[in-house]
Amino acid sequence: MSFVSVRDVFQSYGRRPILERVNVEVDEGEFISIVGASGCGKSTFLRLLLAQETPTRGTISIDGNPPAVEPNPERGVVFQRYSVFPHMTIRQNIIAGESLGQPLGRFFGKARKEARDRADTVLARIGLAHVADQYPATLSGGMQQRLAIGQALTAKPRILLLDEPFGALDPGTRLQMHDFLMELRAETNMTVFMVTHDLTEGFKLGDRVLVFDKPRWDPTDPEAFGATITYDFDARDGGIPFQRLTEETHVPIPA
Amino acid sequence: MRLINRKPGPVLATFLALLPFALVLVAYVIASDIRLAANPADKLLPAPSTIFETAQRLFTEPDKRSGRILLWHDTAMSLQRLGLGVAIAATIGLGAGLLIGLFPHMRAGLAGFIAVVSMVPPLALLPILFIVFGLGELSKVVLIVIGITPFLIRDLSQRVIEIPREQIVKAETLGASSAVIALRVALPQVLPRLIQAVRLSLGPAWLFLIAAEAIASDLGLGYRIFLVRRYLAMDVILTYVIWITFLAFVIDWALRKLSVRLFPWMEEGL
Repeated sequence: MSFVSVRDVFQSYGRRPILERVNVEVDEGEFISIVGASGCGKSTFLRLLLAQETPTRGTISIDGNPPAVEPNPERGVVFQRYSVFPHMTIRQNIIAGESLGQPLGRFFGKARKEARDRADTVLARIGLAHVADQYPATLSGGMQQRLAIGQALTAKPRILLLDEPFGALDPGTRLQMHDFLMELRAETNMTVFMVTHDLTEGFKLGDRVLVFDKPRWDPTDPEAFGATITYDFDARDGGIPFQRLTEETHVPIPA
Repeated sequence: MRLINRKPGPVLATFLALLPFALVLVAYVIASDIRLAANPADKLLPAPSTIFETAQRLFTEPDKRSGRILLWHDTAMSLQRLGLGVAIAATIGLGAGLLIGLFPHMRAGLAGFIAVVSMVPPLALLPILFIVFGLGELSKVVLIVIGITPFLIRDLSQRVIEIPREQIVKAETLGASSAVIALRVALPQVLPRLIQAVRLSLGPAWLFLIAAEAIASDLGLGYRIFLVRRYLAMDVILTYVIWITFLAFVIDWALRKLSVRLFPWMEEGL
């Protein structure tokens, strides 16, 4: 049984269908890029994975658990904006990744000291140790997103959801963020879903690229049908996964 | 160069800032001179020197009958009423604002009610307050509370609703319960808004305070103004008006400073 399984999911707002018959199985540790035109249900699909919305029909389950009805610590999320808490310092934001789950949302005494030390380790890892006591508003966009990713991972989610996380960044910063994300992923072997507008980014980072589109189209009523996954590309090895196979064929090596 | 792109230098800016005050003062002095020239016993527009002497007397000389400096007692009494009323209103406003802003059931139950209640003119309720709570301190404090609480609730609940949904969802994915989201995510972010809202509602709060004191009291800034009105004591009234304006300005300034001091993240974000 696969790690994340989406079975026969439909979602409609009122009478307007957004998603139709979405089925996908994802293994643990896979990086899934989700692409598609605007208004094709990518973000809706992510909200369903996040359990911010519940599907009209069908189920989404993680590791065989019953479908969630609200966002929970199984899922970590980074949005394009507003993903960090502006009223907490950088270090407090990282600590919040662990402490918000406590009854009062804080650690006390010894636990507080330990959480602080762990947060400093994380900050050193994500390269924000020098700004630990500043507030997020003073950081650049790339640093804010690094903080948001670090904060999400601190809570140790089963899957990480990224909603156009690098959409607001300049191209150079975006490339740095790609390296950063790939390093973190190599360390944690996290299952990731990333919605993106950037096809190159999708193929570069993803193991699989899911394309959302409307399989049926009524020219007189464009909203009559919803979207579904129309393509499921294998994007490993830069989108040429079988290259490796040909190189590893059993050609007898001359002695 | 277009006028919208021309900026005054620091000296000119200071001059322009002081100009309206100077103009008002000059206009008053001229009008007062004209009236006093016609009738030296005129009480309506006393000369600035007269007001200054009266102010000196009011601030320093004790009352002959009670032996107390009345102005300071009036000030203390009024500020106590104002502070109490505003503090109670702010507490209710913050609590209700959080509940309404965060919990859909609360919003469904209370938002409409608050919208209607905020339309009741508080001064029209003053007679009821006097009947129910008597003529003592309670009714004056209650008037201030009733007067500004609906505004505070509406403003703060709106601020809570304006917190980006992404932040709330993020907190949920970090395992925060409703209470933790209220206390650790929403509350700290609306506290600066609370100070802003209180600053805005101080004007109405003073209005309600002076109105209540004018009608039934034996001490207080509003009471004194309305008392000496009988003797046409414009010098006393003007001293009190300037003093009240000064107090209101200082409170507003202090709240602003407090906000900057307590919420550095806010300032950096703007």
